[in-house]
Amino acid sequence: MSYKIVKYRIMGDRSLIVELGDKISPEVNRRVRVLDITLTQNPTEGLVETIPAYRSLLIIYDPLKINVSLLKQRIEDFQKKIEDIHIPEPKTMEIPVVYGGDYGPDLEWVAQYHKMSIEEVIHLHTETIYQVYMIGFTPGHPYMAELPNALITPRRETPRTNVIRGSVAIAKNQTVIYPVESPGGLHILGRTPLTLFNPSKSPPALLEMGNLVRFFSIEKEEFKQWQQ
Amino acid sequence: MAAVETFEVVASGPLTTVQDNGRFGYGRYGVPPSGALDTFSLRTANLLVGNSENEACLEITLFGFKVKTLTDVAIAVAGADLQACCNDKSLDVCTSYILKKGSVLSFRGIKGGCRSYLAVGGGLYLPEVMGSRSTNLSSQFGGLEGRPLQKGDILFAISPHLHLNTGGKTFPQAWTPLYSNEWSLRVIFGPQDEQFTKKGKKTFISSPYHVSAHSDRTGIRLTGPIIERSPEVDESIISEGVISGTIQVPGDAQPIIILAEIVTGGYRKIATVITADLPLAGQIKPGDSVRFEQVSLDMAYEALQEMEERIKKFRVST
Repeated sequence: MSYKIVKYRIMGDRSLIVELGDKISPEVNRRVRVLDITLTQNPTEGLVETIPAYRSLLIIYDPLKINVSLLKQRIEDFQKKIEDIHIPEPKTMEIPVVYGGDYGPDLEWVAQYHKMSIEEVIHLHTETIYQVYMIGFTPGHPYMAELPNALITPRRETPRTNVIRGSVAIAKNQTVIYPVESPGGLHILGRTPLTLFNPSKSPPALLEMGNLVRFFSIEKEEFKQWQQ
Repeated sequence: MAAVETFEVVASGPLTTVQDNGRFGYGRYGVPPSGALDTFSLRTANLLVGNSENEACLEITLFGFKVKTLTDVAIAVAGADLQACCNDKSLDVCTSYILKKGSVLSFRGIKGGCRSYLAVGGGLYLPEVMGSRSTNLSSQFGGLEGRPLQKGDILFAISPHLHLNTGGKTFPQAWTPLYSNEWSLRVIFGPQDEQFTKKGKKTFISSPYHVSAHSDRTGIRLTGPIIERSPEVDESIISEGVISGTIQVPGDAQPIIILAEIVTGGYRKIATVITADLPLAGQIKPGDSVRFEQVSLDMAYEALQEMEERIKKFRVST
C-alpha cells in the first residue's frame, strides 16, 4: 500500500513523479497532499508546478535552475521533518444535487442493479463524506472516493457521448462531477446546479485535491435558485 | 499604450489559434498548459519584431491562412515554411518585415514542418486568462474567445507603430533545426519503462513509426510495430499527471506523444521527449515518420543549454 521508501520516476528532463503507494487509498492520497502542501509552502528555486494525483505527485521543474538530484534531496529533507510542517485541515464542501428523473437518468438502473430502492441509493450517496483524490480528465473534474460498498457499480457498458454539465455520476468505488458537457462512461445519479469550473475565477475550480465533499439532495424546483 | 486594429482575417486555414508560451500553475485544477507547440519558433519570431519572447503569436497550421493588414506593422514568421507571401512577394522564414497598411499576407502551402508562428510587433491585444493568452480549444477559453480564428476576425496589436524600426532582421539559419518528413526525437526512458519487456523497449527505440492523421494539439498518434508490455501488468495505470513530450502506450500498444492539451492520464509511459526536441515534435505532421533515440539526462541538459544559448545570443544581438 503506502510505500516506506518513496518511488521516484523520471519523466523526461523537466519533471519527476514522486509515487507514494501502489494502490488507491485515502492514506496514500493524504500523503500526496502533505507532500504537495509542503512543496508549495516552501518555495524551491526552479520548481514550476506540482500536480497531485491519486497516489503520486508530479513535479515540473526548470532544468536550467535545478537538477533532479537536488530536487530529490529537497524532498528527502522534507520527509524527515514532515511532523514540523503545518498541514491545514482539508476543506469540506457541500454540494446540492437533484437526484433522478431527467437529472439522473441512471438512478433507477443503479437501484435495480443493487436491488434497493431509489431512496436507499440517494441515502447511501449523500451520507458518505468523499475525499477528492485528483482533479483531471477535463478542467475542474473531481475524482472522489470511497463509495459505500453497497454502491460499488461497474462502469456503463456503452459510454455516453454527451453527459450534461453538472452531472453527478458513479462507477467502481468512485463518484465524479462533470464540469462541462463531455463523453462519459459512469452512471449518472443526478445533477448539481453549481459551476465546477470557471476560467475567469481564481481559483478556476470549485474543488481541489484533498477537499472533503458531501452531497445533499435538493428538489428540481430549487435547481435554478442554486445556480447563482 | 494603444490597441490598434492590425489584421483582418480573410481566410482561416484548417487551424489558426492564438498561443503564447503556455499556461502554468493550473495543472492541479485539470487545466492543461496549451501554448505554442514549437516554443523555439514562438520565441525567435517574437524577438525578430522586438517583442518579449513569450508574447502571444498566431500558430498557423499547414496552409491557407490569409490576413489583410489594417495598419503598418512589423511581422516575422518562424517555424514551418508555409510559403508566406506579402501580396505576391514571397517572404523568408525567420526574417522580420514591415508590411504596409492594406497588404495581404498569405500562407500558400507546406514546404517543411507543420506550424508557423506569426509574431506581430507590439504583440496581440487580448486578455490573459489564468496568466496566459494561449487558446484552450477543448474548454473554450483564452486566445480569441477560446476558439480558432475565423474569416472576418479583427485582431488588435499593442502600439504596433513603436516596432516599425525592427524590419530586416534575420535569425541565423544555422541556429534553426532542420525539418524533414523523417524525424528523430531524443528521449529519456521513463517514467514506466520497466513495465515494458526488453523486446518492447528495443522495438520502440529501433523502429520507425508512422504519424497518423488523428494527430492534433493533444497528441501525435503513431502506428508501427507493437510495443510489448510486461505480461504481469494491466492495460492502464492509476491516473497521474503528465507533461508534453511524454510517450504513452495504451492497450493497442501503439505509442502516442502527448502534447500541450492534456495534464493527467492513465496509460503507462515508456519514454519522454527531451525539452530541447519538443519544438521539433510541434512540427511533425500526419504522414511523416518518427524514430526515437535514447539519450541520458546529461545529454538532454546539454542540448537544452545549447538551444537557450542561441536564443540568448540572438536576444543580446538585437
